[in-house]
Amino acid sequence: MIHKPETLAGLAAAQWRLALRLTVAMMAVYFGFILLVAYDKPLLGRLLLPGLSLGTLLGALVIASAWVLILVYVRWANTRYDATVASLRARQ
Amino acid sequence: MTGTVLGTPNPVAIAFFFAFISLTLGITFWAARRTRTAEHFYAAGRSVTGLQNGLALAGDYMSAASFLGIAGLVSTSGFDGLIYSIGFLVGWPIVMFLIAEPLRNLGKYTFADVVAYRLAGTPVRMAAALGTLAVVAFYLIAQMVGAGNLVRLLFGLRYETAVSIVGVVMLAYVLFGGMIATTWVQIVKAVLLLGGASLLSLLVLLRFQLNPLALFDAAATRYGPQVLAPGQLVSKPLDAISLGLALMLGTAGLPHILMRFYTVPDARTARISVSYATGFIGFFYLLTFVLGFGAMVLVGREAIQAVDKGGNMAAPLLAEVVGGTGFLGFISAVAFATILAVVAGLTLSGAAALSHDLWVNVVRHGHADEREQLRVARAATIVLGLLSIALGIAFKGQNVAYMVGLAFAIAASANFPALLLSAFWRPFTTRGAQASMLVGTLSALILIYMSPTIQVQILGNAKALFPLANPGIVSIPLAFLVGVAVSLAAPESRADEAFPALQRRLHLGAE
Repeated sequence: MIHKPETLAGLAAAQWRLALRLTVAMMAVYFGFILLVAYDKPLLGRLLLPGLSLGTLLGALVIASAWVLILVYVRWANTRYDATVASLRARQ
Repeated sequence: MTGTVLGTPNPVAIAFFFAFISLTLGITFWAARRTRTAEHFYAAGRSVTGLQNGLALAGDYMSAASFLGIAGLVSTSGFDGLIYSIGFLVGWPIVMFLIAEPLRNLGKYTFADVVAYRLAGTPVRMAAALGTLAVVAFYLIAQMVGAGNLVRLLFGLRYETAVSIVGVVMLAYVLFGGMIATTWVQIVKAVLLLGGASLLSLLVLLRFQLNPLALFDAAATRYGPQVLAPGQLVSKPLDAISLGLALMLGTAGLPHILMRFYTVPDARTARISVSYATGFIGFFYLLTFVLGFGAMVLVGREAIQAVDKGGNMAAPLLAEVVGGTGFLGFISAVAFATILAVVAGLTLSGAAALSHDLWVNVVRHGHADEREQLRVARAATIVLGLLSIALGIAFKGQNVAYMVGLAFAIAASANFPALLLSAFWRPFTTRGAQASMLVGTLSALILIYMSPTIQVQILGNAKALFPLANPGIVSIPLAFLVGVAVSLAAPESRADEAFPALQRRLHLGAE
């Protein structure tokens, strides 16, 4: 981003690329979980510790992964994206 | 368990309930004096902060269905209930990445503003209003039916009385206080719900040395290790994927959620509010793990199902066991407040579709002064309020969780594809948008009608024409395909030429 010329088209493309990647990541995590639930119930029922099945752990991790992906996006948007928006607005 | 006071008038519940009503009506009175323009009525003057909007989004989203329904589902079927908790959260990142900021920068009061930004307004708004009203109707039915049952069980009131009380109080909020009052009702409700659920979880965990695994282990010891493994809920994988797709993409198409992004001053605040909302909602759904298994162990499945077959009373019963009658009263009042708030948000978004999209922009072609806009918005609110009471009474006995799933499926098919394509896909045309929204709405509705739930369970036919309970996996891709195909078949030069201006505004905001 630093070396690229700051254009609106470049900004739009960068935002779309990141948004799409993160969306695909979230869908992969969630549907991966659903497919495991559908096709390998015994695996998810396996106990890792007394009281903790693999399914419960993965379920909690799906929620955590939503947080992590949002964090990735917000960190990018609050710094690089907003800075580019500000400089493009200033040039108007 | 013997001797629950559930279902008999509980003085603590009634006291908390009246305290909530007084507080929120006080807020409404305060808000009414600040609601002078359409911008106040629909968008709270665009003065809501990121944290406030995060709480309000969470308040709009955490319905009684999630609090009572999911806790109940976990308490009766264990792990399977968690699948719902997770499905309801994963739509939020999608809202964040694809919807929140474009919506804030491109629109005014409704999501149709975004779709209509570079397309011909009238046809687009008519199709969008149809989709919005279909979603609002299904969601309202679900909430009103839930409210009627809940209040009957909690306070011992008649179903019809309960539905009418919810309708009238909600009407007071929206009619007089508009979005300012609705937002604050959501905030109060979200704080109460998060606080109540946290306290309840803490009281449960105190009995298990603050170790959730000890609680889960106790559940497995009492009811067998299968409560921690997937069971019968997801027996047909295609059904699960269809429901999952609807839950994930439907969140990004729910009109009352989308409308919240207009209440903040800019796109950055919209973004921050989604992070707060996802944090609160995720935390809340993690608590449902503890609440559900807590009720399973401390109340017992048999006792829960003796009160309500669907298990919906698991959380209130659990509150009674760990905190006594007083805490039961508090949790009951919180559950009621939850329904009131969600219904208010839904009604406001439906009223915006009727008045802002249909009346002001289609009938009056944008030529309506502030006084007329406000008057029409309030008239639409009254119509929807009365309609919601009528629908609640007419659909008595319907399955609430199923209706919510259908509302999400319609939202994901009718609204989400057109919204996304209009903001990010240059060749999109007016006809494409219109076709996508109409096909999305109608295919979802028709497939619902042809589904086993309607054909076999309700109409008593031997076979259903469509094998899945949720139409999402067919209707969502279909809405995308139709939108793309129709746009490519007949390009629209005006829409194409306006795209750079849209892109500029999408990223840089208003000049």
